[in-house]
Amino acid sequence: MLSRVANSLYWMVRYIERADNLARLIEVNERLLLDLGWKDTAGLDALWRPVIASSGDEELFDSAHPDGRRREAIEFLTIDTANPNSIVSCIGQARENARMVRDQLAESLWEELNGLYLFVNSAEGAASVRSNSTAYYERIRRSTYAFHGMAAATTLRGEAWDFMDLGRHLERADKTTRFLDITTFIERQPDHFGLGADEHWLAILRSCGGLGAFRVKHRGRFTRSNITEFLVLAPDFPRSVRYCAGRIDECLHAISGTPRGSFANKAESLAGRLLADLAFSSCDEVLASGLHGYLDGLQQRLNAIGEEVFRAFILLPDEIEQRPPIPASSFSAVVKWQMEQQQQ
Amino acid sequence: MRRLSKPMFENYQTESFYDEMFGADGTVRAHCAPLLERFSSIDAGEFENRRQACDAHFLRQGVTFNVYHDDQGTERIFPFDPVPRVISADEWDHIEAGLSQRIIALNLFLHDIYHDQQILKDGVIPACYIEEARHFRPEFRGVNVPEDIYIQICGSDLIRGDDGQYYVLEDNARCPSGASYLLENRNALKRAFPGLFDAMGVRPVDAYPRELRRMLEFISPHREGDAVCVLLTPGCYNSAYFEHCYLAREMGIEIVEGKDLVVLDDFVYMRTTKGLERVDVIYRRIDDDFIDPTVFRKDSVLGVPGIMQAYRAGNVALANAVGTGVADDKAVYHFVPKMIEYYLGQEAILPNVPTYLAHEESDRKYILDHLPELVVKSANESGGYGMLMGPTASKAELAEFRAKILEDPRNFIAQPVVNLSRCPTWCDGGFEGRHVDLRPYIIYGESVQIVPGGLTRVALNKGSLVVNSSQGGGSKDTWVLRA
Repeated sequence: MLSRVANSLYWMVRYIERADNLARLIEVNERLLLDLGWKDTAGLDALWRPVIASSGDEELFDSAHPDGRRREAIEFLTIDTANPNSIVSCIGQARENARMVRDQLAESLWEELNGLYLFVNSAEGAASVRSNSTAYYERIRRSTYAFHGMAAATTLRGEAWDFMDLGRHLERADKTTRFLDITTFIERQPDHFGLGADEHWLAILRSCGGLGAFRVKHRGRFTRSNITEFLVLAPDFPRSVRYCAGRIDECLHAISGTPRGSFANKAESLAGRLLADLAFSSCDEVLASGLHGYLDGLQQRLNAIGEEVFRAFILLPDEIEQRPPIPASSFSAVVKWQMEQQQQ
Repeated sequence: MRRLSKPMFENYQTESFYDEMFGADGTVRAHCAPLLERFSSIDAGEFENRRQACDAHFLRQGVTFNVYHDDQGTERIFPFDPVPRVISADEWDHIEAGLSQRIIALNLFLHDIYHDQQILKDGVIPACYIEEARHFRPEFRGVNVPEDIYIQICGSDLIRGDDGQYYVLEDNARCPSGASYLLENRNALKRAFPGLFDAMGVRPVDAYPRELRRMLEFISPHREGDAVCVLLTPGCYNSAYFEHCYLAREMGIEIVEGKDLVVLDDFVYMRTTKGLERVDVIYRRIDDDFIDPTVFRKDSVLGVPGIMQAYRAGNVALANAVGTGVADDKAVYHFVPKMIEYYLGQEAILPNVPTYLAHEESDRKYILDHLPELVVKSANESGGYGMLMGPTASKAELAEFRAKILEDPRNFIAQPVVNLSRCPTWCDGGFEGRHVDLRPYIIYGESVQIVPGGLTRVALNKGSLVVNSSQGGGSKDTWVLRA
């Protein structure tokens, strides 16, 4: 498979996963706020902070909206195209990547993604963020589910699939750690915004779509430790970090053909170590070491795997690479040249 | 011939134009009658619904093009008119024979120009037209190309005048585009009007990607193993990017950008996740100027450094070859009937539109004296750019072109305005005549293959003779009927 194609498939799925996670998070947050029936608008607004912080865009938000509150936060996260990690931006990026590899995708897969793109960029879509936000986020969640389902049903189990699955699980693992980290922020507040002991933990479970599965597994014992265990270490919950790390390890070995338990490149080495750590750690150890620091460490390790994937499969070794990199400043010149090529 | 009794065509006027479906006396041409009968049984509201369904389908599928000179970078659908253009079996035989003859002569011409230049020595074409052609590549004289084919894919534009005769308006011998619309238009029409095709004897068009692939494999310089063919695109911002993806997928070959390819020891390789893989044939949709920064434009990041060296060494085939633009230069076009006579000893089956060359003194005088009656074209533009429609031009535009012609006469030609034939077209809830042309796609590999029909482009604006998508043009499905 072409390296560029692998790269695009990987990012296409990562961006879809990112949009999906963000939609869940916003939805759950909104519901949590409704449940609380707060009158204190300051607290209400403050609860959006950790969500913005979880995508790493706090600075951007503050400079665009110095007095930003709930409404601004939701729009920043959803429809603001100046925010590269907003839902609309992510869907745009996913589609842009899909456009570059359309020949690899089933027709229905492209149509689903393009349909979602046309919806979020339509006047109707933009209006419904305000008028009927439930339906809006629901549409995004369903559409991304449909995308994953169609991909699973139509994609040849080969490299293309492995790169897509790799992208999905790297992104998902990262997002699960960030969801969980929101609890850290809330608990740092003197009165936890007046939240009861469990409520924000429940909300996190819900945003990971894991409430039902958790009930089955832990019979409704919603303790801090159980939930952390479930989202980080559970080998059987599809959004847990441990489960995702297992899939990452599998995908990497499927791509390179190296047997699992050994490694042929740095990405495999890092993924194998991460998986082993998660598989052989207990929740008590995690909590004792400090949840925030632990999650931070996981995020860094996931990032490092992403970088090594790029180095192993996408970049060419220096001795073959003859062309100088294109400076970012000349990007528009490249676009112009592409457009100039006469198609008679 | 018979009259239609149905209300949908009651007010249809052919005016003074040649109409593809109706004779001058208003009677239906025999080969179109069954189609029009079927259309007449659909009411206007239903027809409009189905037309809109086609548009929605194109948008959802992303069957779009990007508009040049448009900062918005917007994607638009190419407007589709559901009334097909119908060509009878006899007419198609005539067209097919004419196009085959033409592509063979053009290839003989290119071989000659890039070798001995006998046609210039014999004085059939004045040498200056070749030497000053913008797309002539003298550095490739003496280089042999695989199977001695230069133009593997040609899109020649045909028009039909008031006399009902088909003429060749121009040849597109570099990167002809639009074949994907031909294929998608057929799909769209089948989807929207499934009953329309029953027992009509419409010849299928879906062999195009297969023929294209077969041709690419045929020109592979390597005979061992399966040829690795790729489509080289400028990238996703190009106007025809959808088409590049579409054709690559239909052919089952990789679509690559310049940065996906590297040249090592005069062989071309693509960069894959498993290392480098040799490439044998490149269907390139990128201009000569950009293809190799070490030979042509130094600043091109779209191309592949060293690819011309691999090409000269005979290790990779390009479709179309480098330097074919000299054959579709609009001044050189004038000489194509002479080429056919010179190389094949035959008379051109499809005539040219009469052409005046501004470079020739007597022609130039005629052009300047009759500017408001003529169409003036610059020799190397396409897509309806760099063109003057004399009868509708303003005084300022006429003056501007007069100055341009005097400044660079080699680069301009003029032709009388040909009233393109018209075809019934769905306009605001009824059928009206709109001008059309025809772009067949000719593939030249082991043999000449032409998909029956081609892309019919239609000038949707009332009275307009310009069919280009950038200038308010749309397209239609094209039916060639079985004998």
